[in-house]
Formats: sequence, C-alpha cells, structure tokens
Amino acid sequence: MLKITNLAKDFGGLRAVDEVSFEVGERTITGLIGPNGAGKTTTFNMVAGMFPPTSGEIYFAGERLDGKPDYYAFRSGLVRTFQIPRPFGEMTVLENLMMAPQHQLGEQFWNTWFRMGAVRAQERKLRDQAREILEFLNLDHLAGEAAKTLSGGQHKLLELGRVLMSDPKMILLDEPGAGINPTLLGEIVERITALNERGITFLIIEHNMDLVMNLCQPILVMANGKLLMEGDADSVREDPRVLEAFLGGVPA
Amino acid sequence: MIDLLSFLVFFLIFASFYSLTCLGLNMQWGFTGLFNVGVAGFFAIGAYTSAILTGPAYDDTILGGFGLPALVGWAGAMIAAGLAALFIGFVTLRLREDYLAITTFGIAVSIQLTALNFKTLTRGADGLYSLPKPLSGVSDSAFVDNALFLAVCVVVIAIVYVALERMMHSPWGRVLRSIREDETAAATLGKNVFGYRLQAFTIGSAIMGLTGGLYSSFVGFISPQDFLPIFTFQVYVMLIVGGSGNNLGAIVGGVVVWGIWSGSGSIIAAVLPPGLQTQGAAVRIVLIGLMLILILLFRPSGLIREKRVISEEAILDPAK
Repeated sequence: MLKITNLAKDFGGLRAVDEVSFEVGERTITGLIGPNGAGKTTTFNMVAGMFPPTSGEIYFAGERLDGKPDYYAFRSGLVRTFQIPRPFGEMTVLENLMMAPQHQLGEQFWNTWFRMGAVRAQERKLRDQAREILEFLNLDHLAGEAAKTLSGGQHKLLELGRVLMSDPKMILLDEPGAGINPTLLGEIVERITALNERGITFLIIEHNMDLVMNLCQPILVMANGKLLMEGDADSVREDPRVLEAFLGGVPA
Repeated sequence: MIDLLSFLVFFLIFASFYSLTCLGLNMQWGFTGLFNVGVAGFFAIGAYTSAILTGPAYDDTILGGFGLPALVGWAGAMIAAGLAALFIGFVTLRLREDYLAITTFGIAVSIQLTALNFKTLTRGADGLYSLPKPLSGVSDSAFVDNALFLAVCVVVIAIVYVALERMMHSPWGRVLRSIREDETAAATLGKNVFGYRLQAFTIGSAIMGLTGGLYSSFVGFISPQDFLPIFTFQVYVMLIVGGSGNNLGAIVGGVVVWGIWSGSGSIIAAVLPPGLQTQGAAVRIVLIGLMLILILLFRPSGLIREKRVISEEAILDPAK
C-alpha cells in the first residue's frame, strides 16, 4: 500500500531520517515505534507531504508522492492526524467534519453563486455523513459545540472523524494514545479495529507499548533516524537491539 | 434643522465609506486571517482609477479626460484594485502572517509614494480635482443631492453585504475559516490554502478599491494625503470594535468608530482654545486607542460576535 525507499531528511547538519525503507501492507495495522528523536514524526511529515525529503522516494498505491504539493497525499486517500491535535477551534465539531471531504461543489467559488441548489443538497448529505461518524466516535452529543471546548482525548477522536469524512484508504496516526485516559483509549482502539475491518490501512506511531503490542502487526522499530528492525510483537519484544535502543544498552 | 440633517447625511456618507472598507477587510482578516496592513493602498488604487476614468483632462497629466460615467469608474476601481491584489497576493501570500503584515504595509506606503511622485499621472501632492460628482445637480438643493448619494452608498453596502454573506456562509467560506484557524491542518485535509488565500485577498481588496472609487466621486478631489497608513489603522479598529468575522459587525463598527472619531473632533475643536488645537487632534488618536483597549479587555469578540455555525445546513435543531 505504502512503500518508501531510502528516505532521508536533513535539518541543517542533523540527519533526522537516514535512508529508511519499508513497506506497509494493505489492510494492516502497522506500528512504528522508537525512542524520542528516532525520526518517526519526521517520516510521517514527509509521507503526508508536509515537507519534501532530502532524498528517497515515497509511493502510495503505486503512485509517487514525493515532490507533490502538500494537499496531494490527502487527495489520493492517504491522510494523517497530528501528535498534538489541530482542531479548527472556533468552528463547531460538526463543521470540523463537514469541511474535510474533497471535491465539495460548494468549495468552488462560482458554485456558491450558480449552483446553490446542488451545493445545499450536498451539504445535507455531508451533514448526515458527519453525524453518523460522530455517533460512531461517541461525539454526537457535542456536534454543536465549538471544537476548542473539547478535551484532549476528544480532540483526537475529532481528528480521526475529520479524516474519516474523506473515505481514506490509509490513515497515519501520530500517537493516538498520548495523554488519554484509559477508558477513552479503549474506545479509540476499538474504533481503529472496527475501521480496519472495514478495509482501512493504519500506520501508527505510539509510545504506549501495551497498545502497540496488542493492536499492531507488524511493528517497525526506528532509532537514531534508521530502521532498526521489523517484526511481530514477540520478535520485537525479544530483540536485544530494541531493548538497547530504548534503554541505552543491556549487559551482554 | 436642515443643517443638522445635512450634517447627518454627510456623516453617514463618510461612515459608509468606512463600513464598506471594513467589509472588504473582514473578508481578509476577519474570515481568512490574512493580516493585510495595506488597506490604504488598495483604497488609493481604486480612488485614482475611478478619478482618471471619470475625471476631466488636465494640462499636465498623460492620462485622463475620459469623462466616463461614475458606474464605469467604480467598476474600474474594483477591477484595478482586484488585479493589483491578485498580483501582490501572488508574490506575498505564501508568507506567514507577520511577514505578510510587513510586506503589505510596505506596499501600501509605496503606492502612496508613487501617487505623490508620479506627477504625470496623479499630479502629485496637487491632487486630481474637479472630479464629477454623480447625482449633483439632480435637484436644486445640495442636501437632496447628498441624500441621494447616501442612498447609493447604502444600496452598494447592501449588495456587498448580501454577496459576502452568501460567500462566507458556504462551504467555500468554511474553507477560509478553517485556514484562519489552522492553515497547516487545512492543507493536510487537501485544501489548496494558497489558492483560497488569494481568492479572499482579491475579493476583499476589490471591495476596498470600490470604496476608493465612491470616495473620489463624492469628495471630488483626491491627493496622496488621503491614503496615509492611519487609514488602515482606523479600519482595523473599526472592524475589531464592530466584530471581526461578522459582516454586520463590520458595518456597525465603521459607523460607531467614525461617529466617535468625528464627534470627538468636533467637541475638541469647539472646546479647546486655538493654541491647543494641534494637541487636541492628538487626543482623538489616544481616544481611539483607548477604545480599542477597552473592547479587547471587555468584549474581545466585538460589538457583534461572529456566527459560529457557517453553513445553514450545519445549524442543529435544538429539539433533536
């Protein structure tokens, strides 16, 4: 589904991501773990088109993504959420979702003048779709509230809802579990599993190891900008290189 | 009585110029978050364009004497300001907002200096004079003529208001609002942020240009003195006081702040002895600053708060 080859990124003299190659299989929930500064989020940012790689290539569903404008990945069905959620605070929860889908008639300036009937009809459809997703995420009771009034965990759900509106093929989740109470976390895991069963591929950055080990298969491990290993939960747990990366070395 | 009424009409005509400019700025700053500090520049482009299209021939300019009807002048003012914004926006709108502010400020100052020095086009500091005032001489009294001009202004504001409401409360406007809230997030949701910023910038500036056209027609004389940066500052205060993000607020802010500005000017002129008039004029600026601070402290959303729900279809039925 997603394939990156020899991806690298320099920030000045610092090589944040160093010749990383991996593939994410279709309909998997792939985990991406590694200590802070391993280059996970930088990799995400390049895949999502937020900044260009220094070198290397990114392919999504057979199509090359690197070198395209920042909105291109989204339009081909590859969407992301942020480590720190970025809701549109002064807009309602409902409209945070409604603004997301691509190719809305009413987004074209002239259509707001000459095709108002069709725009209205599409708006009603988007509203119903948004409310369905909000119900699925247990946020429907907050639909009319300003997004800024929600809690941190609810913001994460809101972001997930926003990307779901576009009917994505693959979702990049940056730390869905960070700073979330256990009840809400369980809810998020449940939603991810349900969405995966519907055919959506996930690539997840996460520090909560229980969550990663239970949810993700396979798991990619990064450290110091390099891909350390790839495997299932057991092989990652038992690999001495992983322990070393996280704990700074173990006695031989 | 007629004195007071004609003063009121005169006051409202000027207030309507400010309100209309506020509407243009609301599209840019209030709705899209574009920190355009070059309002005076687009106002100037509109004023000069309309003046040259409708004005008489002068001995010392290379362009003029077209004597076209006012409506053509105003349309030209809109188009010229819009095209200028399209060009300026194309080179500046990739900048972050603080840089955009510095750049647009510089551009507005350059436009003003061009008007001051490009004498064969603008007559420099001497200004363009004897511009025809539409509807003058329709009746016997200047009062009725002015009242008719005010009616024209009101109609123009009403049209612009309805048009802006339609644009802003559509999915198109919703993208603008999302860019204001977080342009990175909007881009990751596949929106062409630059394209939308350019559209909002152009439309807002065209409205400012239209106002410049109306202004030059009414006053009949323009010179670079009319387009100093203080104008931009006034319009921002008006929009913030009225309610940034709300079109009605933009209109109300123009009238209220212009009322305080011109009212305090009259009072100061009447009360202070001649020797202190200059200092008195500075008090007005202090007063405006004070008002801005009070509004930001006690009513940061302005007199009329922006509507949270953008699209009509997204209004939730409370009974549900």
